[in-house]
Amino acid sequence: MKNIDTYTVQVMADMAAEGKSPEYLFWVGCAGAFDARYKKVTVAFAKLLLHAGVDFAILGSEETCNGDPARRAGNEMLFQMQALQVIEKLNTYKVTKILTCCPHCFNIFKNEYPDLGGHYEVIHHTVFLENLINNGKLKVNKEVLSQKSIVYHDPCYLGRGNDIYESARQINAAVTSKTLEMPRSRSKALCCGAGGAQMFKEAEPGNKEVYIERTEEALQTGANIVATSCPFCMTMITDGIKYKNREDEVKNMDIAEILLASLLTQQDEKLS
Amino acid sequence: MMKQIIFSIVLLATLGVFAYSMKRLWYNFSLTHKYPVGNWGERFIIMLKVAIGQTKIFRYPIAGFFHALVFWGFIVITLGSIEMVVDGIIGRERVFAPTGWFYDFVTASGDIMAYVIIVSILVFIGRRLFIRIKRFYGIEMKPKSKIDALIALTIILLLMVSLAGLNLAYYQMHTADYEGLYPISALLAPSLFGGLNAQGLHIIHEISWWSHILLIFLFANILPYSKHFHVFTSVPNVFLTRLGPLGYLQNMPAITSEIKYMLYPETAEVPAEAGTVRYGVKESNDVTWKNYLDSLACTECGRCTDNCPANITGKKLSPRKIFVDLRARMKEYAAGTREKGMTFEDGKSFLHTYVTAEELWACTTCNACATECPVNINHPSLILDMRRFMVMEEAAAPAGLNAMFANIENNGAPWQYPPEDRLNWLNDLNK
Repeated sequence: MKNIDTYTVQVMADMAAEGKSPEYLFWVGCAGAFDARYKKVTVAFAKLLLHAGVDFAILGSEETCNGDPARRAGNEMLFQMQALQVIEKLNTYKVTKILTCCPHCFNIFKNEYPDLGGHYEVIHHTVFLENLINNGKLKVNKEVLSQKSIVYHDPCYLGRGNDIYESARQINAAVTSKTLEMPRSRSKALCCGAGGAQMFKEAEPGNKEVYIERTEEALQTGANIVATSCPFCMTMITDGIKYKNREDEVKNMDIAEILLASLLTQQDEKLS
Repeated sequence: MMKQIIFSIVLLATLGVFAYSMKRLWYNFSLTHKYPVGNWGERFIIMLKVAIGQTKIFRYPIAGFFHALVFWGFIVITLGSIEMVVDGIIGRERVFAPTGWFYDFVTASGDIMAYVIIVSILVFIGRRLFIRIKRFYGIEMKPKSKIDALIALTIILLLMVSLAGLNLAYYQMHTADYEGLYPISALLAPSLFGGLNAQGLHIIHEISWWSHILLIFLFANILPYSKHFHVFTSVPNVFLTRLGPLGYLQNMPAITSEIKYMLYPETAEVPAEAGTVRYGVKESNDVTWKNYLDSLACTECGRCTDNCPANITGKKLSPRKIFVDLRARMKEYAAGTREKGMTFEDGKSFLHTYVTAEELWACTTCNACATECPVNINHPSLILDMRRFMVMEEAAAPAGLNAMFANIENNGAPWQYPPEDRLNWLNDLNK
């Protein structure tokens, strides 16, 4: 694990100009680049990668939507236009491994890009971070969050969509002994309400918003932190906590932020 | 000899009616689109786990427990039914008996399971009549569906009662030879039929034999018109499961070739004539044969709808309804095309007349429905194919989505931010 004074993130085009190509592409995603709240998650994950000494770069301004929301909204034409462009771009940089914080980007790269000729090893940040802890590349200071209880909300596209349930839970268990579960969890988890392009439209008439239903369930566990690992889940749960006027006591944090907050610095190591 | 002749005539009539029903269904399937299959080994494992092992039905532990008992009971009892049919044709008794220990095992477990199924079916009937279970209600659950369920349960109950009658009488007639083969009947027979003479037992045996076999024939011919058709379709449906992670959405190769032709007109293949391919699903014949098989395998248990976030929060979407509707519309549509040819038009369609845009736009593609479905129906893939029709053929997306499409086209993001801003977060790295 490295101590870092100034964090710097490499951009693909600059590396290519120097004739270099990194091991991983960190696909930031649109929410990761533009959503005011979620940008903090991007920053947290990038810092963790730098601390762990991971060889990675971003596409920067060359990144474009991979078409997932268009596809889920039924606009296959637009999706494929985007996807073919993205594949061409990734080919020029000879990308073979993709890291991403967004389960929707993860799913479409991993499962659907192969149909269009894009084959990559795609790793979601929760899985990657769990491995960095297990390999000793990142070390956890158990003191920081030991008094906080954490409940994890499963994103649909990571959980049911791709059978990844345990990585985030392992990270939570590494930072606190107070991990909680909602009644509906893992494959029975309730959606946050934003998937399938719902993020970009008004909800149909009903008697409740899905995100309120889910936030209430999370709040009923009494957790101090509701952990998420998806940008859309974060928007919904953060909104839900605000709607319930509980933002002073309950925080919604991404797994990357939770881990960064508990990271064992070299200073801590000297003290112990 | 007389019994053999009557039996054979009844059997031929049964098979004739059944063949007629299957021929009509075959026609319905012939209207649908292709669906890729392969990976037989993987499919076989899934079938063993989900269908034979009943793994997904146990996600609702109590109903699952009783269902699994009925299912496993049916497997052993069906072997006995096959024997009864052979017996009936050749006019002998217990033709499979020479198979030895296997025969003993099947007969003994069949006897136990007959009573287990009677208890389970009584639980199911009682639950439907006296407990209000939310998932058995909903707009797609018409009074007809309720009656359909009760008819099927009653027939199964009668099937098992007649089988028990058969075993009880047979045991009482041959106490000495057959003791171990009918563990439960052996316990009950002396007190139930102990007072009867050989003649009386013979009459009960014959009545039970004929009622059991005639009920099987009747049931087999009601099934193709009932939700309980899943008795035949669920195991094949699980075998033909859409493979891969649930998050996967099937590609549209027709669009790929169109875009490739647009981008590289010199090298790409010329796509099919524009306008001849319909994008997405509007009518019941636009679906794949697997979508249609899904609709035939659906037994309306409602676990999909029970777990649908949209349905839970009062939206109109009910994943079950989409498959109930597909089955109903296909019946109507196929009847029309059979009579009037493929130009048949009745002013209705699967999308809009049956399933409305409001239902389809409420889906979050969370896959809770597909995760719960005990027979591996894939609801989201059909919902998405219907969205594809609305967006690409009707240009009828909700306003918010149209704005999102425009943003992706103009600035490569679902929101209105220029690509240069994608680096802005780097400024926060050292704050």
